[in-house]
Amino acid sequence: MKKWQSENANGMKRRKFIKNILFSLAALTTPAVLSAQEALKKLQTWIIGEDYNPFEHYWGMGIDINKCIGCGKCADACKKENDVPKAPFFFRTWVERYRIFKSGKTFVDSPNGAINGFRKPYYESEDKDKVIRSFFVPKICNHCDNPPCVQVCPVGATFKTPDGVVLVDGDYCIGCRYCIQACPYGARFLHPEKRTAEKCTFCYHRVVKGLVPACVEICPTQTRIFGEIKKKASPLMRFMRKHKIGVLKPSLNTEPKVYYANLDMEVR
Amino acid sequence: MEEIIQHLTPLVKEISGYIYPNEIEMHWSLLIVLYPYITGLVAGAFILASLVKVFNVKELQPVYRISLLTALAFMLVAPLPLQAHLGHPEKSFEIFLTPNVTSAMAMFGFVYMWYLMAVLQLEIWFDYRKDLILWARQEKGIRKWIHRFTSFFSNDISEKAIAFDEKAEKIITILGIPSAFLLHGYVGFIFGSVKANPWWSSVLMPIVFLFSAIVSGIALVLLIYMIVTPMRSKQVDMNCLDKLASFLFYAMIVDFSLEILDFIHRIYESEESIHILSELVSGKLFISLVVVQLLIGMIIPLGAIAVTKAFKAPAELKKLIYFTSAILVQVGIFSTRWNVVVGGQLFSKSFRGLTAYKMTFLGLEGLLVAIAILVLPLIILYVLFKLLPPWEEARMKIPVIQENINENN
Repeated sequence: MKKWQSENANGMKRRKFIKNILFSLAALTTPAVLSAQEALKKLQTWIIGEDYNPFEHYWGMGIDINKCIGCGKCADACKKENDVPKAPFFFRTWVERYRIFKSGKTFVDSPNGAINGFRKPYYESEDKDKVIRSFFVPKICNHCDNPPCVQVCPVGATFKTPDGVVLVDGDYCIGCRYCIQACPYGARFLHPEKRTAEKCTFCYHRVVKGLVPACVEICPTQTRIFGEIKKKASPLMRFMRKHKIGVLKPSLNTEPKVYYANLDMEVR
Repeated sequence: MEEIIQHLTPLVKEISGYIYPNEIEMHWSLLIVLYPYITGLVAGAFILASLVKVFNVKELQPVYRISLLTALAFMLVAPLPLQAHLGHPEKSFEIFLTPNVTSAMAMFGFVYMWYLMAVLQLEIWFDYRKDLILWARQEKGIRKWIHRFTSFFSNDISEKAIAFDEKAEKIITILGIPSAFLLHGYVGFIFGSVKANPWWSSVLMPIVFLFSAIVSGIALVLLIYMIVTPMRSKQVDMNCLDKLASFLFYAMIVDFSLEILDFIHRIYESEESIHILSELVSGKLFISLVVVQLLIGMIIPLGAIAVTKAFKAPAELKKLIYFTSAILVQVGIFSTRWNVVVGGQLFSKSFRGLTAYKMTFLGLEGLLVAIAILVLPLIILYVLFKLLPPWEEARMKIPVIQENINENN
C-alpha cells in the first residue's frame, strides 16, 4: 500500500513535470507562430497588392436587362482581358437573346456568345412579326454565396475569397470537372490547354487594383454595375434600391450575387 | 487544344434548341460510365458472398470464393477510369493529401481504401489463410513462396486459430455489408447530390445504384461460374445455379420497382425540367433507356427467369436461360450507367435544348481505353484463380490432408 502511494506521488510529480515541459515548449513556439502569421500576412499583401484588404469588401454585380443592346462587347472584352480561348465553346461571360412569340414559343440564342453581336435576326417563318417580348440577357458566373461548385471540389481548388468572389486555383485543380457538373448556370468550362476548370473571376486582378471588371468597363450602356453589396454608398446598392431585383434559379438556394433588374420569367 | 476544337465543332450541328455555350463539351464520358459499372460489380459480388457467410445460404457455397475474387479483381481496376479521365492525373494524390471535407468526391479515396484494405482483402485473407499454409506445405518453387508470402508466413493451423479465422471472417462480412452499401451507395450519392442536374438529383439515386449493383454482381458471378466450371471439365452445381438465379430475380424485382418508382415520381411531380427530360427520354435516350435498359436488360430476363421457375424447365434449358439472362442483365446494367452518366449531360441546364455526345476511339477517354479497362479485371481474375484456386475441391481438410501427405511420402 505504502509503495503504491509513493509511486503515485512520483506519478503526480511526473505529470506536473511533463505539463511544465509542454507549457514551456508551447511558449517557445509562440514567437514562431506569430512570425509565421506575420509572414503569411506579408505574403497575402504581396500577392494581392499593398492597398487591398479583401476583408473590407464584398463584391457583386447588377445587370439591367432593359439596358442591354446585345452588342457583345462585354463577352469580347472578357476573352481579351482574361486570355480565354477564342473558340466558341469557352466563355466566362456571354449574352443571350430571348424572343417570345405570340404562340407562346420562346426562342433563345447566343451565337459565339454574342461576341459579334446578333447580326442575323432569327424568325421562324410562321411567327414572323409576332414577337411579343424580346430582350438580351448577359450571363456570367453568379459568384454564389452558397456555391455548389466550391462544395463539390474534391481538393478545394475552387474557393470563395473573403470578398465574396469564387475563384479557381489552376495549380491545384486536378481537372475532375465535378464543379462544372455542379454549376447550375453553365458558367464553367475546362480550359482546353491547361486542362483545369475556368470561370469568371470578376477580373480579380483588376478589382484588387481598384478597377472594375473588363465587361463592366466596356459596356456602352452601363448595363452592368459592379460594386459592394454591403456598403450603402456603393453604386450597386443604389441599383438594388432603385429596381426590383431577381436572381437566376433562386429555387436552388445558391444565393447568387449577380442581381438582375427587369428579369423575365423565361430567363433560366 | 486544336484536337478538342476539332472534336467539338461538328457537334454544333447536333444541338437542338438552346444550350449554354460552355455546355457543348461532354465532361463525364465513357470512362465515368465504367466507374459506377465496375464498382457496382464489386459491391454486388461482395454482397453475394456475404449471403453465404452471414445469411448462411449453403447452396451458394460453390461461388463464395469466386465472388470474393471477382470483387477483388474489379476493385483493383475501379480507380483506373477515374484516374484516366482527370485533366491532371498526376495531381490526383491531392485528393488524399488535402481533401475538401464538403466534397462527396473527396471521400472516394477513403471509402475505396477502407473497402479494399479493411474489408475485401482481409476477408479473403482470413478465408484462405489455412489453405495457403497447407498449399505451401505441399508445393515447391515459386508457388510455395507466393503462398507463403500471401499467408504472411503464418503457420498456425491449430483448431483455435482456425476458429479465430472463421470468427474474424464473419465479423468482417457483417462489417462488409454496410461497407459494400457505402461503396456503391456513395457512387450514387455523387450523382444524386448534384442539385443543378434534375436527371441526377434524386434521393433514390444511391438506392437505385445499390440494387442495380447487386443485380449486376450476381449476374456476373453467375456468368463466371457457368463459363469457368465447364472449362475445368466439372459439372455445374444446379442447386447453386438455381439459387443464384433466384437471388438475381429478387434483386431485379426490387431494382425494377425502384426504377419505376423514380419514373412515376418524376412524372407525377412534373417539375420545371419535365419537358426537356421527356424530350430526352423519347428522343436521344429512347434506344438505350427504353429498349436496352428496360426491355432487353430488365423485362426480358425477368420474364425468362420467371418462366423457368413457373414451369420447372429441364436443367439444360434452365442453364441456357440463366446464361442468356445474365448476359442481357449485364448489357442492361451497363446501359443503366450510360443513361445516368451520359443521359444526365445530354440536356442543357437551361432546360431549353439537347446536346450530343460523340465517342472517340483513340485517346485516354476513348473506346479503346474503355475496352482495355473492362478486359483488365478478367485478366486479373484469371491470375487470381490460378494463384488462389476458389474451387471447392481445392479446400484442404487439416487432419485428413496431413495423413495423406504422410502416406504419400
